[in-house]
Amino acid sequence: MLKGKAFKFGDDISTDLIVPGRLAHLRSNLPELAKHVLEDADPTFAARVKPGDFVVGGDNFGLGSSREHAPLIIKMAGVSAVLVKSVARIFFRNAINRGLPVLICDTNKINDGDELELDMAAGTVRDVTNGVALTFKPIPKAMLAILEEGGLIPYIQKHGDFKLE
Amino acid sequence: MGKTLAEKILSQKLGRDVSAGEIVVSPVDLAFVQDTTGPLTVREYQGSGFKALADKRRTVLFLDHAAPSPNAQLSTDHILLRSFARDTGCVISDVGAGVCHQIVAESMARPGDIIVGADSHTVTAGALGAFATGMGSSDVAVAFALGKTWFRVPETIRIEVKNKFQQFVTAKDLILHLIGMIGADGATYKSLEFGGKAVDAMSMSGRLTVANMAVEAGAKLGLFPSNQTTEKHLRELGRAEQYRSISPDKDAFYEKTIEIDAATLEPTVSRPHAVDNIVLAKDLKGVRIHQVFLGTCTNGRLEDFALAASILRNKKISPDTRLIVAPASKRVLLQAMDAGYMRIFIEAGGSVLPPGCGACLGLHQGVLGDGEACLSTANRNFKGRMGNPNSFVYLASPATAAATALAGVVTDPREVL
Repeated sequence: MLKGKAFKFGDDISTDLIVPGRLAHLRSNLPELAKHVLEDADPTFAARVKPGDFVVGGDNFGLGSSREHAPLIIKMAGVSAVLVKSVARIFFRNAINRGLPVLICDTNKINDGDELELDMAAGTVRDVTNGVALTFKPIPKAMLAILEEGGLIPYIQKHGDFKLE
Repeated sequence: MGKTLAEKILSQKLGRDVSAGEIVVSPVDLAFVQDTTGPLTVREYQGSGFKALADKRRTVLFLDHAAPSPNAQLSTDHILLRSFARDTGCVISDVGAGVCHQIVAESMARPGDIIVGADSHTVTAGALGAFATGMGSSDVAVAFALGKTWFRVPETIRIEVKNKFQQFVTAKDLILHLIGMIGADGATYKSLEFGGKAVDAMSMSGRLTVANMAVEAGAKLGLFPSNQTTEKHLRELGRAEQYRSISPDKDAFYEKTIEIDAATLEPTVSRPHAVDNIVLAKDLKGVRIHQVFLGTCTNGRLEDFALAASILRNKKISPDTRLIVAPASKRVLLQAMDAGYMRIFIEAGGSVLPPGCGACLGLHQGVLGDGEACLSTANRNFKGRMGNPNSFVYLASPATAAATALAGVVTDPREVL
C-alpha cells in the first residue's frame, strides 16, 4: 500500500512544463535538474513534494517531447505514481521504462492536497480525505512486465531480450 | 481483411501478418539520438554492460539541439557523444550538419524502414513511408544494443485530403487544421495515414511537414504511401536504388476516416499555449508579433524558404519585428544560398542562424523576452517553449510567417499580394 498526498495539476501538462528546454544544460546533472521538476506548471511543487506523494493530472498528461528526463525527475522527487485521466504515448512508455507507474483513473474526484492510498495489486486508489474509492485501468501486460522489473534496463539485464509477445 | 500502411510495413518487416492491437518485437533499421537525449542513452547503454552495437552503420548521434553549444555543460555533453562515436564506430552528425529529422529524410530513411529516435518528431520520416516513431533514451539505448524494439501495432485513422490547395495555403495549414479538428490527443497511440488527391500531389517537403506534426495530435506515426514523389526525392539524393513502392490495401480497416477538402483550407494559425488552439490567420489580424522564426524540422526546407522569399523579395520587415531564419540542414542552407534566398532574408532585415534546433525549444538563440510574442514555423507552442514561460508562441506556415514579418502583426499572406 502506497500512501501520500495528491498534487493536482490540470489537463495538457506538457514535458516542457515538467522539464523545459531552457534547462537542457542540466540534463547531465540530474539532482540539479530535479530541483526544477514541474517548475513551469507549479513553481512551488519541487519544494513541497515529499517521498511517496502523488502527481495527479487530467487529460493528455506528458504530451510533447520524448525527453525521458520528465518521468525520471518526477520519480527522483519521490513521487510514487502519476494518476491521470489520460496520458500521452511517449511519456507513458518512458515512465514505465523508469519504473514510475502511470495509472488511468477518474482524477476529477481527487482534490489537491488529499491523502491517497494506492493498492497496485488490487488496482485501487482510495482518497482518504473525501472517502472516494477509485479503480484504475490495468496497465497493459507488456508494460506491466517491464514495470515489475523496475524499468526497461533492469528488465533487459534480467531477460537479455524482449519476452513480451 | 487488407492492411493499413502501419500494418503492412510491420508485416513485411516481420515476414508474417500482424494487425492492430498485437504486441510485436521488431528489428530496427535505424536508431538515433540527439544531443539533449543522447547523453542519457549513452550512460544507460554503458551502465547496462552492453558489449557492442547491433549495427554501427545504422546507429546515429546528432548534435543539433545545441549547435553550436551555448554553454560549458552542453559542450561537455557533446564531448561524451563524440567519444561514444569514436569508441563504438557509430555514425555522428556534428554541429553544422543540421536537424536530425531533416538529415534522416535526406540521407537515411527508406520506404518500409522501422526507425526509432530519441526525439518525438522522429515521426517525420513517415513522409517516406517509414514506420518511424519517437521514444525515450532507454528505449533507444536498448535498440542500439539489440537492434530491435517492441511495438503495439497501432490502429489507424485515415486522413483523406481531396482537391487542391489554394495559393499561399500549404501543408502546414492542413496539419494545423487537422490538429484543430481532432485535438492534441485526437490520435493518441494511433497511426495517422494520409491519402487522397492533395496528398498524392504533395511535395516531399510538404509531406515531411505533415508527418512531423502527427505527434502533436498524439499520434505514434504519420504515414504516407510512397509514390513517384518519394522516388524522385531519393533519386535527387543519390539513393534511387532504395526506392520501393508501399501503400495500404484498398480494403484496410480504419478506426475512422476523416475527409478534408484542401480547396477550402485557408492560412491557419495555432495560438498560445496549445497546438490545437486553432484560428484562421485573417481572424487574428492586428495581433502584435515581436519575432518571426522561419525554420525547424517542420518548415526549414528549401521549398519553405522559396515561399517566404517570394513574399519578402525587395521588401523590408517591420522595424518592430525581428526575423530569424534557421535552415533545417547544411544542404538546405547551401541550396538556399545558391538560389539567393538567404540574401533576400538578410536584405529584408532578417538574421540567419546555423542549421539546428536551438530556437525552437528555447535552448538558445531567439529566446523571447517577457510578454513578447513569436510567430514561428515550428511545431510546438507550449508555455515556455521558446525559453520563457512569460512569452507567447503562434505557429503558422512560412507564407504566413513572411507576411507577418513585413507587417509586424499576424497577417494572412494573401493580403500582401
